[in-house]
Amino acid sequence: MNAPVTPTLLYLDNVTVSFDGFRALNALSLAIDHAEMRAIIGPNGAGKTTMMDVITGKTRPNEGTALFEGSYDLTSLDEADIAQLGIGRKFQTPTVFDMHSVEDNILLALKDDRRPFPTLFSRRTRLERERIDALLERVRLTGHRHRKASELSHGQKQWLEIGMLLAQEPKLLLVDEPAAGMTDQETADTADLLRDIAKTRAVVVVEHDMTFVRDLGVKVTCLHEGSVLAEGSLDAVSADERVIEVYLGR
Amino acid sequence: MSQVFDRRTIVVLVLLAAAAILVPAMNMLAAPGSAFHLSDHLVPLLGKYLAFALLALSVDLVWGYCGILSLGHGAFFALGGYAMGMYLMRQIGARGVYANPTLPDFMVFLNWKELPWFWYGFDWFPFAMLMVLLVPGLLAFVFGWFAFRSRVTGVYLSIITQAMTFALMLAFFRNDMGFGGNNGLTDFKDILGFPIQAASTRVVLFVASAVALAGGYLLCRWIVTSKLGKVLVAVRDAESRTRFLGYRVEHYKLAVFTLSAMLAGVAGALYVPQVGIINPGEFAPANSIEVVIWVAVGGRGTLAGAILGALVVNAGKTWFTGALPELWLFALGGLFVFVTLLMPKGILGTAEEWWERARRKPKAGVAPDALPSAAE
Repeated sequence: MNAPVTPTLLYLDNVTVSFDGFRALNALSLAIDHAEMRAIIGPNGAGKTTMMDVITGKTRPNEGTALFEGSYDLTSLDEADIAQLGIGRKFQTPTVFDMHSVEDNILLALKDDRRPFPTLFSRRTRLERERIDALLERVRLTGHRHRKASELSHGQKQWLEIGMLLAQEPKLLLVDEPAAGMTDQETADTADLLRDIAKTRAVVVVEHDMTFVRDLGVKVTCLHEGSVLAEGSLDAVSADERVIEVYLGR
Repeated sequence: MSQVFDRRTIVVLVLLAAAAILVPAMNMLAAPGSAFHLSDHLVPLLGKYLAFALLALSVDLVWGYCGILSLGHGAFFALGGYAMGMYLMRQIGARGVYANPTLPDFMVFLNWKELPWFWYGFDWFPFAMLMVLLVPGLLAFVFGWFAFRSRVTGVYLSIITQAMTFALMLAFFRNDMGFGGNNGLTDFKDILGFPIQAASTRVVLFVASAVALAGGYLLCRWIVTSKLGKVLVAVRDAESRTRFLGYRVEHYKLAVFTLSAMLAGVAGALYVPQVGIINPGEFAPANSIEVVIWVAVGGRGTLAGAILGALVVNAGKTWFTGALPELWLFALGGLFVFVTLLMPKGILGTAEEWWERARRKPKAGVAPDALPSAAE
C-alpha cells in the first residue's frame, strides 16, 4: 500500500463523468474529513446522485481522482470492494430486503466474511446477536424484529436501511434524501440519528429539505451543473448570490 | 440444522420413503392381477417422474431463490444423460449389431476406426458418474462466469440460456460430434452388470431416483435455510442493495447456478437408463420451458412445490397424450396461463393458504394478526 496522498477520508479531484456528451459531473472536487458530516444540496441534475455513483463504484469517471483514506483508488474498484472498504450507501427510495424479517435484514448487513462458502457455513454467534439487538434498539425496530420488512412503514424502512448501513461498520455513509416522505417528527428524529452517527463516522447527506439541512447544522456544499458552486455554513451558502440564482430562488 | 427439517420437509421425505418402499413392494410382492399390483411398465414411468422432479428442483433453486430464470436447464439434464448414456453404450461391448468390442454401433456405421478421445474412461462407472456432475457443472460455470460477470440479468439471461440449449441441440444432431447424431444413444443392455430391462433393475433404478431426489431436496433445503440462502433471496429481491452491502453478487449466482446444473445432470443420468434412450431432442428449447412451467404450477420458491409440479404435470401429460394427444400442448399452455393469473403461488402455496384459513376459521372472533398501527 502506498503512503496516503492526502489525510482526508474521501478525496475527489477534478472528477468528470459524461454521458453521451452530457457532463453529469464537471471537474468536481470535494474532500470529506474523518467523522465529518456534510450536507450536499443542489437543483435536480446537479450531479448529486452521479457523485455517489462514482464514490461507490457504480459509475466510472472519464477523468479525475477519487481516493478513499488517501490510498484506495475508488475508480478502479467495484461496488462490493468499496462497500467492504467501509463506504455504505443509502438509496433515495428505501431499499431493504422485503421478504426477509427485519432482524435478517440487519444480519445480512453485519460486517462479516462476504464470500459464498464462508457464508454458507456461517452460524450466528453470540456477538452477532448482541450487535443485532443493539442496532435494532438504535433504529427503534426492536419490537418489529420478526416482522417482514415489507410490512414496515416508509419511515421505518428508511431507518431499517440506516441500521443496515451501521451494521456494515462503515467509515463513510452516503445518505440520499433520508427525509423524503417522512413526517416532521420523523425528520427531526432522523437528523438526531445522523448527528449521533457523525460523532464517530463521516456522513454525506444529499437533501432537498432545507429545514432538515438546518437541523443538521453542518457544512454545506452546493452543487450545480456537475461542480461545486459554493461551500461553507448553511447561512453563508444561502446568502451566496449564485446559489440563490440557481437553487433557492428569489 | 433444525430449520432444515420443517413440516413441509418432513412430509416430502416421508412421502418419498413411502414411495421407495411401496412401489417395489407393489411391483414384486403383490400378485399380478390383484388390485395392489403395479405393472412392470409403470415402475420406470414413475422413476422418470422422479428424475423430472429432481430437474424441477434444480430450476427452483436458481429461479425461485435467486431469481435466475434459466430456460436452458434441459441442456444440463441432457448432458448428464449423455454421460450416463456413454457408459451404457460402452457396456454393450460386442453384443451390438456389428459386434465390435470397443466401438458403439453408430461409430462402426460411420466407418470410424477408433474410439474418439472423449469416450475414454466412460466404460468405468465411477468415471462416468463423475462426468455426470462435472460436464454440466463446467458448462454452467463457464456460461455463468461470462453472463453474470457482464451483469446479464432478467429476460436477456433467459434468452441466452435458450440460445445455449438450442446451440447444443444443433451440435449434438451432427454425426461428427461423436454422440450418435439424431439417433442419440440407445439399445442399452446392462448397467453395472445387471440387465437394464429386468424388472428388478427397474425397481432399483426407481429407488435410486427416490433417494437422489430426497438427497437433492435436503441439499437444497440446507442451502436455502443457511445464511447463503438468505443472500440468494436478497439478490433476487434487491440485487443492487446486496451489491452495495459488499456481497459480490456474481459469485453467488455462479455458485448456485453451477450446483443447480449438477443436480440437473444427476436427474438426466437417472432418466436415461429408465427410458432407454438419450437423443438431441432432449436439448430442445421447449423442454427447458416446460420445466419452468412445472415449477410455476407447483409453487415457485418452495422446493417442495417444484417436486409436486413436476409430478402433477407429467402425470397429466401421460394421461393426456394417451387420451387426447392433439390437445396436450393446449392444456399445458392453458394450465400455465391459469396458474400465472389465478394461482401465483402455485398449487402448494394456494393449498397451504386454504389450509391456514380453514384452520383459523373455528377461532372466529379472534382479531387477525396484529396489524401495523397506522400511527407508527
